[in-house]
Amino acid sequence: MNLKHNTNKAPARLSLAPVSYFWAKDTLYDFYARIADTPVDIVYLGETICSKRRSLTPDDWLELADKLTTAGKEVVLSTLTLVEAASELGAMQRICNNPCYRVEANDIAAVQMLSKRFRDSQIDGYVGGPALNLYNTRALNKLAALGLKRWIMPVEHSAAVLNEFIIPESVETEVFAWGRLPLAYSARCYTARTHNTPKDNCELRCLDYPDGLKLSTREKSSFLVLNGIQTQSALTHELIHELNHPKVDIYRISPQSRFTEKVLNLFHDCLHGSLDPDQADQQLKKYAPFGTSNGYWHGDAGMLSQTSSPL
Amino acid sequence: MNEPPTMELVCPAGNLPSLKAAVDHGADAVYIGFRDETNARHFAGLNFNDKQIETGIRYAHDRGTKVFIAINTFPHPSGMGKWQSAVDHAAGTGADALILADIGVLDYASERWPDTRLHLSVQGSATSHQAVQFYVDHFNIRRAVIPRVLSLKQVEVLVEKSPVPIEVFGFGSLCVMVEGRCYLSSYVTGLGPNNFGACSPASHVRWQETVNGHETRLNGVLLDLVDKEEGLGYPTICKGRFEVNGKIGYAIEEPTSLNTLPILADLKRIGVSAIKIEGRQRSPAYVAKVTHIMRAAIDACLANPDTFSPNETWLEGLAALSEGTQTTLGAYYRAWQ
Repeated sequence: MNLKHNTNKAPARLSLAPVSYFWAKDTLYDFYARIADTPVDIVYLGETICSKRRSLTPDDWLELADKLTTAGKEVVLSTLTLVEAASELGAMQRICNNPCYRVEANDIAAVQMLSKRFRDSQIDGYVGGPALNLYNTRALNKLAALGLKRWIMPVEHSAAVLNEFIIPESVETEVFAWGRLPLAYSARCYTARTHNTPKDNCELRCLDYPDGLKLSTREKSSFLVLNGIQTQSALTHELIHELNHPKVDIYRISPQSRFTEKVLNLFHDCLHGSLDPDQADQQLKKYAPFGTSNGYWHGDAGMLSQTSSPL
Repeated sequence: MNEPPTMELVCPAGNLPSLKAAVDHGADAVYIGFRDETNARHFAGLNFNDKQIETGIRYAHDRGTKVFIAINTFPHPSGMGKWQSAVDHAAGTGADALILADIGVLDYASERWPDTRLHLSVQGSATSHQAVQFYVDHFNIRRAVIPRVLSLKQVEVLVEKSPVPIEVFGFGSLCVMVEGRCYLSSYVTGLGPNNFGACSPASHVRWQETVNGHETRLNGVLLDLVDKEEGLGYPTICKGRFEVNGKIGYAIEEPTSLNTLPILADLKRIGVSAIKIEGRQRSPAYVAKVTHIMRAAIDACLANPDTFSPNETWLEGLAALSEGTQTTLGAYYRAWQ
């Protein structure tokens, strides 16, 4: 197997994760219009959390995809993470069957659909999202043989674990570098639960929380963010001091309701050497309302922070 | 479908006395793990060494009970050798099936031991027939254990379309997050079900008396604060008390256990092949009581599926063994979601 030699390679690229929250149609259109003008290289589009969030139709998403492509972005369509209903599988299949855009699989069902299409030479490959459990080289090799061309490393892996991987030549590595960490998924909707309504009659309460719903400990410490059926960290995961790892091809920024463009610019400038990470960090801290952490990357608990940056 | 149309009772055993208790009280199968992080109940003093596995499998097989070995955590690249050795070891014990989750470990096991029966662990997070089909196509799994996230109707659809028999959780502690996709414990401690085989590892749990009451902390994070006379469950993050929108309460889930006795006849009707009992960390006495009740209930259900209803003695018996002495149908019941 050919191994990657990343010495003297070009700066890593920047990607924008799917919006994890429920935003209204106009908000999404405005947001992506602004994103088109940022230096981000890759934009992931689609609803990955809850199939009841339908402010955009599939055609709307494709329209956005076309606009971003025209603006020079690589567009990837993302699929739902937790699949329960038959209708959700159908929607996933339609995304996987789209003739224009590469797809990010966030569940093994999507991997199954995309692997078949790859086998039948209908697509040239697909992306494996952060919720796929790729924990070792053998698992990565297996999916690479089935058409995986890029993986977003599970967020709990450290730099040391990444270093252990022998990554196939055909596979790019993307690392979650900014945003609330995706920590868990459930059948239960916690936003609806907070409002004492059942999920089936949730009144789309998530629309009221453009950055999720904060959960604090009884000592008033910001701990988690409830985002419908997803649980996120309250702290923003930040790897501005840890860029330029030799095995990382792409760094991922997760959208938030404000300042996403500024975050993208700061990461871009650091990746291209025109801004000092310490300076960028001072700015970034303002965009993380409950603070930042980077513990996972350093082999610690995800909520902890370290200042050193071992590669 | 390559299993007879029954509903197998699959019981947990964290040690030899529990295994014997499960066998003696009517388990159709017992599932166990090695004494290390290759399985999802990696707790001190729990699980089986070589001699105990040999003794346990002989005890079970002599009495017509199957033994499954769970190797259902996710090795990092440097740990792959250890997990492969665990698979080799388990395949050589005469166990009836291996319960696996990781794609790399499944790939190894299916290639190295093509005749060994493989089950997909709940940690494999398969919630649809397409996901199950992936594991069938590539690793020839013969059964899938599904996460506790589907409603009864959704389980019915999955069972109908699945290429292999489906095993569901029937009783025990309730994971409210999709198994295999929950980082809450690792976020707080660095160690979680996927990378360590345990949720809320004991090394990071602190119970302390304060002027405010009895605190439960996980790596310093306050999970609950109770009056001294209140009972305390196992300190998982999902069952802590927190503040959301100014209100304090169980924002994620209350201390409660899953109990499917009220829908046992439905699970039989829709073709579920096996009922799994959670709790390898529980005592032999617990395993004996739960196995005894579930055996009686399944036998009654199989004998008269059209008229079956759980009797009060069983329900009270299981409630007494539950977290917070209360039970729920969990996600099977749509309104719970």
